[in-house]
Amino acid sequence: MSIFIDNDTTLLIQGITGRDGSFHAKQMMEYGTRVVGGVTPGKGGQQFEGTVPIFNTVAQAVAATGANTSVIYVPPPFAADAMMEAAAAGIKLIVCITEGVPVLDMTRVYPYVKEMGARLLGPNCPGLITPGASKVGIIPGRICTPGPVGVVSRSGTLTYEIVNLLTKAGIGQSTCVGIGGDPINGTNFIDALAAFEADPQTKVVAMMGEIGGTDEQEAAEFVRTKMKKPVVGFIAGQTAPPGRRMGHAGAIISGSAGTAAEKIEAFEKAGMGIARRPMDFVELVQARL
Amino acid sequence: MNLHEYQAKEILRRHGVPIPDGDIATTPDAAEALAVKYGVPVMVKAQVHVGGRGKAGGVKYCATPEAAREKATAILGMDIKGLTVLKVLVTVAEDIGSEAYVGIIVDRATKKPVFMVSAAGGIDIEEVAATTPELIKYHPVDPRYGLRTFEAMDMGFFLYADVKQARAAAKIMQQLYAAFIESGCSLAEINPLVVTPTGKVVAVDGKMVIDDNELERLPAIEALRDDSSEDPSEVEARKANLTFIKLDGNVGCVVNGAGLAMATMDLVKYYGGDPANFLDIGGSSNPEKVVNALRIITADKNVKAILFNIFGGITRTDDVANGIVTATKANPLTVPIVIRLTGTNEELAMKILTENGFSASSDMDEAVQKAVALATGAAT
Repeated sequence: MSIFIDNDTTLLIQGITGRDGSFHAKQMMEYGTRVVGGVTPGKGGQQFEGTVPIFNTVAQAVAATGANTSVIYVPPPFAADAMMEAAAAGIKLIVCITEGVPVLDMTRVYPYVKEMGARLLGPNCPGLITPGASKVGIIPGRICTPGPVGVVSRSGTLTYEIVNLLTKAGIGQSTCVGIGGDPINGTNFIDALAAFEADPQTKVVAMMGEIGGTDEQEAAEFVRTKMKKPVVGFIAGQTAPPGRRMGHAGAIISGSAGTAAEKIEAFEKAGMGIARRPMDFVELVQARL
Repeated sequence: MNLHEYQAKEILRRHGVPIPDGDIATTPDAAEALAVKYGVPVMVKAQVHVGGRGKAGGVKYCATPEAAREKATAILGMDIKGLTVLKVLVTVAEDIGSEAYVGIIVDRATKKPVFMVSAAGGIDIEEVAATTPELIKYHPVDPRYGLRTFEAMDMGFFLYADVKQARAAAKIMQQLYAAFIESGCSLAEINPLVVTPTGKVVAVDGKMVIDDNELERLPAIEALRDDSSEDPSEVEARKANLTFIKLDGNVGCVVNGAGLAMATMDLVKYYGGDPANFLDIGGSSNPEKVVNALRIITADKNVKAILFNIFGGITRTDDVANGIVTATKANPLTVPIVIRLTGTNEELAMKILTENGFSASSDMDEAVQKAVALATGAAT
């Protein structure tokens, strides 16, 4: 078992002929993901790598392939429309990798996707991977191995760092989910935690948060009141100055709200394991398995 | 990106918000001339991107044009929290009856633009929220409808009992909302919104923060950027497409990915060091980025050791290694460098570095400890 993606995931790639889209399309195919089609307006009828059919629109691609999932690699000005196009075509899981989507666009995308009954992951996220089954996005497959740990994170490379440490210590993962570093994203920590709680394969959850907003605090409350499985948490940005955007649009301390100290305190209150350093995850997770 | 008060006011004025006449001056002569043109009394206000300008002496009331010249002389060139004042806004001073607060932010929890209004204006809204939260009304806006009149009126009546004033405030809120959307803001506020003794409702101060992700499609807003109000190293970094934030420590950090960059800084602190900066070279593998990153970091004289922490996913670590070699050949380093690389093309990267006299490790924790030790050793 796993969460959100598995062997039944059939994937469309929006922006399959672009620089990033084509590179990662190949990586996902090599990993064994069932890539059933690509979308690039104006290139409908062509084939990607001689095997994957390309369509002009998501609706045409869904009609022809029955895809249930879509991953988006289009430039920021077109990303909002791409997400809504996928939702309108009946895609159930939409993963937006694109970084730099204006947050006001997301105030319109979010309610629409929700009304259409789809799950959105991202934007500005590395996607997700169920080791050994399917990978959607850009998480390097070789650092992952199947196992009992659910991983959820706002970051990309920090997640790789920790997953790599776990794998090297012989601890595998059920699914690794990157929810993205933007202020408004489709899937939050609680969504992932709830899914991990319900997933029989997952025994422990490792969670990597950041400064900014209250998503981690709400997640801690969810852990405290709704979860039986143990959760180990980490917060990046303890040394971040207030009022500065630390790379991720959402990683900003506004006034005195959203600090690392505040989030770690919420984790402590929820009885979570607290990793002070990335390497602490190994021991803390091991002890809870 | 922050806009100056005068820039925010120009945008709001264009949307119909009543704003006292005023213009920008860069010399005392010009300030005096503006005071004559608009008529005294005027306010002379420093245009810098920091809060607390008033407390720092950067905002002055002037009863005569001569006073405007005098105050402008004092304020221009003044240092406010490390920023030099190069411009003042000279604007008609309104008589103040009451002061309210009207602001909009993009709220992460509701995922909507949310209005915050309060009759307790003129002071920092965070202070009001902390001490008297009942004085603030929050109202989320559905962006598909915009701020409808009945919603604006509801907030107008929360601020004012008088229907004329409530109507005037409601109209200003709709204009503020339009400006907020059109300019790609993450925050827009009027503080204070003033009712004059004669019953006029006017916006005496305005602030706008633009979502950086909007700037590419809003060239007119991007053109309002004021490089002189930022740290020069941050301006240089932005032009090189690097995300860089200068701090006060002595360990210069070069990392790929924002989360890992923050975690690296935190680990430096954990081991008793102090990060000199946040720097994310991003996901692409361009040796040129590494060259630029090293140039910016070595220009900081506080830096006693440089730490590279690269986890190669999309980023190819051999590209980073080549960047380090190229940069240090052109400009030999005067401080020690600690390199941690792992991931894509790691073996090749290690080979490139070793052949050029560098050593590198693949362990983050070890590398951070080493960099901290070198920085503290060099400092004593």
